[in-house]
Amino acid sequence: MKRIYSVLVENRAGVLCKVAGLFWRRCFNIDSLAVGETDDREVSHMIIVSSGDKKTLEQIEKQLNKKLDVIKVKTFDEHEAVSRELMLIKVKYNRDNRRDIMENCSIMGAQIIDMSKSLMTIQICDTPERVEMFLETFRTISIVELTRTGTIAVPKCTGTV
Amino acid sequence: MTGADAIIKCLVNEGVEYVFGYPGVAIAPFFDSILESGIHSILVRQEQNAAHAASGYARISGKTGVVAVTSGPGATNLITGIATAFADSIPMVCITGQVNSKLMGSDVFQEADISGAVESFVKYSYILRDAADIPRVFKEAFMIASTGRKGPVLIDIPIDIQQANISRYVYPEDVKMRTYKPTVSGHAVQIKKVITALGKVKRPILCVGGGVHLSDGVAKVRAFAEKFGIPVVSTMMGLSAMPSDHPLYFGMVGNNGQQYGNRAMNESDMIIMVGARVADRSISQPDLITDNKILVHIDVDPAEIGKNAGPNVPLVGDISHIFTKFLEQEPAADYSAWVKVLEGYRNVGEHTRQKNIKDAIRQADPDGIHPATFIRALSLAMDENAVYVADVGQNQMWSCANAWIRSGRFLTSGGMGTMGYAVPAAMGAQVADPDRQVVAVCGDGGFQMTMMELATIRQQNIHAKIVVIKNGYLGLVRQYQHYSYKDRYSVVDLGSWPDLEKLTQAYGMDFIRVSRKEEQEKAIEDFLADSAPVLMEVDVAMELLS
Repeated sequence: MKRIYSVLVENRAGVLCKVAGLFWRRCFNIDSLAVGETDDREVSHMIIVSSGDKKTLEQIEKQLNKKLDVIKVKTFDEHEAVSRELMLIKVKYNRDNRRDIMENCSIMGAQIIDMSKSLMTIQICDTPERVEMFLETFRTISIVELTRTGTIAVPKCTGTV
Repeated sequence: MTGADAIIKCLVNEGVEYVFGYPGVAIAPFFDSILESGIHSILVRQEQNAAHAASGYARISGKTGVVAVTSGPGATNLITGIATAFADSIPMVCITGQVNSKLMGSDVFQEADISGAVESFVKYSYILRDAADIPRVFKEAFMIASTGRKGPVLIDIPIDIQQANISRYVYPEDVKMRTYKPTVSGHAVQIKKVITALGKVKRPILCVGGGVHLSDGVAKVRAFAEKFGIPVVSTMMGLSAMPSDHPLYFGMVGNNGQQYGNRAMNESDMIIMVGARVADRSISQPDLITDNKILVHIDVDPAEIGKNAGPNVPLVGDISHIFTKFLEQEPAADYSAWVKVLEGYRNVGEHTRQKNIKDAIRQADPDGIHPATFIRALSLAMDENAVYVADVGQNQMWSCANAWIRSGRFLTSGGMGTMGYAVPAAMGAQVADPDRQVVAVCGDGGFQMTMMELATIRQQNIHAKIVVIKNGYLGLVRQYQHYSYKDRYSVVDLGSWPDLEKLTQAYGMDFIRVSRKEEQEKAIEDFLADSAPVLMEVDVAMELLS
């Protein structure tokens, strides 16, 4: 089971380490982790995606709440939230595959943001599933470098969370 | 006023009377400022023991124990003591000196990242980077350590922060932390649920843990058991919450507990766990304890509830508060038939146990002493309200099963099982209450881990009494190798060292040695009557199992 934890924490030195350390020490998974400041500079927002059985997922929430740097924990399932992930992918292209790549980008709404004679860097910002789907189209293309952020998510406006 | 002066002022504002510690350059300003404060500093002989002493002090005084040590090795030596306190939820504030804040991170002499090192076993930690934060941080630290689920808080203070001048000192009245609000009062609906369930079941049992002592809930829990006629069992940390001779008390549970106590748990139809973690040593199969029974779990820490077993009725809150609410209710069922059944189990169980003890000593050494009978006799001869501090190992198992506690306290390192806990913890307990009889009972392995504290005991005129049950082995490991490795003994032989008589001479203490059954009574009498610091060696056969 997957679960998204939206965690507001004090924006202080060492807090990321404490939260990550909690996951490590208690053998909880981190599928992805994204951290950034909020509109309040004293508060950071962490989005942690984790997976495990029901009991583990419940423990994660309780243990997060126990941390004294944690202000608030909200948890929700993927379908209860809108989520996004950003991926940058640098590939080697040639005359044969250039058109294919461009078509795939246009179908998936990805953008080519940097280019040279033989390399291009593509950006896609979408749900984690669609990012994954887009990545699949590069199976036969030589990837030079790839980086993706963790998932960030907010509960749906119409949701109950 | 310097930062160090401010720190001392904070301690005075918190009513701190004793600091257990060990100085060094990085904490020198602190120990300079403490001189005229009226706070008594106790120099231990190794930092770990400062934490154990503070733990014993905290458990007997009900206050927060305070420790102060230097940076680097001073701080890292403290780690085991902090982990021990954390595992048993003991309120403690640990102050560590740190190198100059401008040099932090550059691996200078005696620099260690102590707050990073202890992160997973402190309740919270601070690195002070601005002397102006001192009053706020200390106010928070004492509040965090002593409320909710109690525990150690570490404050790491670079030397330049201790030396800095601060122009304004105001100790805050209260704490403003948006991230920390422990639940104190139990939810009324959940409380009602427990009482309703109690009206429907036939075989309820209360299982008390260390939280009962920590919340100062002993009297209320006892009163509740008596009012409702509910039998009680205890975890190791809960020992002495019920007097040993209480008719409703059915011993310690767990893999080192009484068979009749475990049987009572198994056959009950409702378990009320109070301030206990449902940890592996007390409940070996947590998944099964909810089979065919109602499990109520009462704890101040919501994360403990459901961690090891999913309760039917979770109840978060302070035990003292919750049992005050319970006591407002009237019992709606009678469990005397169930209590009768358990009395039968207890009679048979005790009879078998005593017989086994007799058989074991007859086989091993007919005229010798069995630690079980010795501990029973010792504890019966002790003052009614005495503090019994058990170390870790076989001696601890014998103590748990045989120490007879009336209105006294039983202290041990239950969660972490830290060898060497007893001597320094007894020292702290005696400091907390100088008029109370305090006896530390150790094995010869654990004793040697902290025996350097005999010097502290002498120097500070601490009136501790120490028993060393000596069998020349790391007995509990030896016993484990006996069962699990078919008597292939590996690295458990301690030899006969040290000569404890000579050792006590070196420290100017009285010494009593006892090895024969017929000498036991007289030895105990002399030991307890001695007005000087005294150590008693009890020689026992290595074959005896706990």
